[in-house]
Amino acid sequence: MIEVENLSVVFGHGAKTVHAVRGITFHVAAGEVFGLVGESGSGKSTVLRALCGLAPASAGRIAIAGEMQGKRRDRAFYKRVQMVFQDPYASLHPRHTVDRILSEPIAIHGLGDADARIDSALADVGLGPTFRFRYPHQLSGGQRQRVAIARALILEPKILLLDEPTSSLDVSVQAEILNLLTRLKREHGLTYVLVSHNLAVIAHMCARLVVMNAGRIVEEMTVDQLRAGAPREAYTRQLLRASIGYDRAAAAEMVTFD
Amino acid sequence: MNDATLLAVDDLSVRFHTRHGVVEAVRGVSFALGRERLGIVGESGSGKSVTGRAILRLVPPPGEVRAKRIAFDGTDLMQCDEVAMRDIRGRRIAMVMQDPKFSLNPVMTVGRQIAEAYRAHGQGSVAAGRDRALDMLAAVRIRDPARVYDLYPHEVSGGMGQRIMIAMMLAPDPDLLIADEPTSALDVTVQMQVLAILDDLVRQRGMGLIFISHDLNLVASFCDRVLIMYAGRVVETCRAAELAAARHPYTQGLLQSLPRVDVPRAELPTLMRDPAWRDGKLP
Ligand SMILES: Nc1ncnc2c1ncn2[C@@H]1O[C@H](COP(=O)(O)OP(=O)(O)OP(=O)(O)O)[C@@H](O)[C@H]1O
Ligand SMILES: Nc1ncnc2c1ncn2[C@@H]1O[C@H](COP(=O)(O)OP(=O)(O)OP(=O)(O)O)[C@@H](O)[C@H]1O
Ligand SMILES: [Mg+2]
Ligand SMILES: [Mg+2]
Repeated sequence: MIEVENLSVVFGHGAKTVHAVRGITFHVAAGEVFGLVGESGSGKSTVLRALCGLAPASAGRIAIAGEMQGKRRDRAFYKRVQMVFQDPYASLHPRHTVDRILSEPIAIHGLGDADARIDSALADVGLGPTFRFRYPHQLSGGQRQRVAIARALILEPKILLLDEPTSSLDVSVQAEILNLLTRLKREHGLTYVLVSHNLAVIAHMCARLVVMNAGRIVEEMTVDQLRAGAPREAYTRQLLRASIGYDRAAAAEMVTFD
Repeated sequence: MNDATLLAVDDLSVRFHTRHGVVEAVRGVSFALGRERLGIVGESGSGKSVTGRAILRLVPPPGEVRAKRIAFDGTDLMQCDEVAMRDIRGRRIAMVMQDPKFSLNPVMTVGRQIAEAYRAHGQGSVAAGRDRALDMLAAVRIRDPARVYDLYPHEVSGGMGQRIMIAMMLAPDPDLLIADEPTSALDVTVQMQVLAILDDLVRQRGMGLIFISHDLNLVASFCDRVLIMYAGRVVETCRAAELAAARHPYTQGLLQSLPRVDVPRAELPTLMRDPAWRDGKLP
């Protein structure tokens, strides 16, 4: 469903050049949930943004559902592929009500039944219809993220790119959203690429994952290998240790990998 | 834990008058904080952020804040005027907001923002501000601080944005730090290193820390004590290390809903809310 070959993304030029993604390759089958984990700044969001045409690929190839992707994505693409952004505040227009935020994609894509679609998308993410007329600043962090997920779901896409979809949610809503994502995937045969720094979330949702560091994939593993706690790379071992919980002594031993 | 009280919040309530009625965001919250790490956990909308902002008197209208007292180091913050509060904010009490990018100025480089946060309260030359900012960026484990100094907020990753906010809030050396989900966008290794910085500030410098988080395992391993909030109230308080044995069914429900690396589950249990939790006593 998704084929990424040798993808590189470079931002800026001169002294400000950043090689955010350095030649990565991975494949995601239809109906699969594929995990991306790794250090902050390692390029995970950039990979998702490149997949949906929001970051420039400087080298490599991206094919989605067998179609090679160029620089531009057309409207039909976004009906098939939607992204839930990492930063729920920045991705919701501050002066638009929830109603307007959710109506816009329906209008752009010329779909009918706006009212029913909005109510059902809100219900799907556990928000009542009274939330339709609130502004983003009148919502808690978790409520905002649920609106962002509702907006992605409203076009009924086939591929969802999820960038830390539950990291700003409380654990009970996280459980609801993960159950919801699991149900939607089953009912609609969706494919997900899931970025999360929470290894328990990755283990719960994914069959396979890759570990990124400094723009590269350092290790690809199955969830069984993750559960068994038997990674090959030192960086991944450090990641597993840190995911157990805070420990001052372990923190002192953390090293930077390049 | 040191028992010298740094902050005492007595019967704090916050309500918002909206077009669709009154939202009672915080309902009679009281707690005291020493030079320790106090966690606040609770579901979304339970009033954690509003509690943090109310301490700094940063609840915008139509919000209405009431409290018998918010005593900070001998001063009742409820009695302070805006001029006095401006002197306390940042320098004495700093807050890392939940949405880092929203709190950063989009048209100023992140390094300059940290430098100015430092200089706003102290003296310090422009050069000293720059040095302090570069040190702080390095302290929060930002790779290549000199490059990142000159980036604008939209050019940094989510986790970098959070660390930049932390660097900015720690630059003036506050006595109390209110950190609202400060590490939710960090990978676990960087998170651990950033928490070690906060830990050292509490242990070595006696800073007070209010650590708001959804991550129950993290709070259990990092904090000294935890307040558990539900519908604007503190329903339970316990030692962080004993969080797993919490008595309230709400707290237990939160713990149950966590996915686990070691045990696969088809479906995660979600909370079954009991109306009695809103006002009831601990069962
Ligand atoms: N628009 C941009 N301009 C310049 N640099 C950028 C831009 N977007 C991202 N970068 C840089 O690319 C690198 C990778 O960023 P990215 O957001 O992909 O990281 P990430 O793995 O998602 O991190 P996090 O877990 O913190 O969200 C970082 O060094 C970042 O500063
Ligand atoms: N400006 C506002 N106007 C109206 N209601 C508000 C406003 N700010 C917050 N609220 C409401 O107050 C309640 C508490 O919000 P708060 O942001 O403290 O939640 P929280 O516990 O921090 O949640 P989260 O974990 O999702 O960040 C919520 O129901 C929220 O919708
Ligand atoms: Mg990211
Ligand atoms: Mg909050």
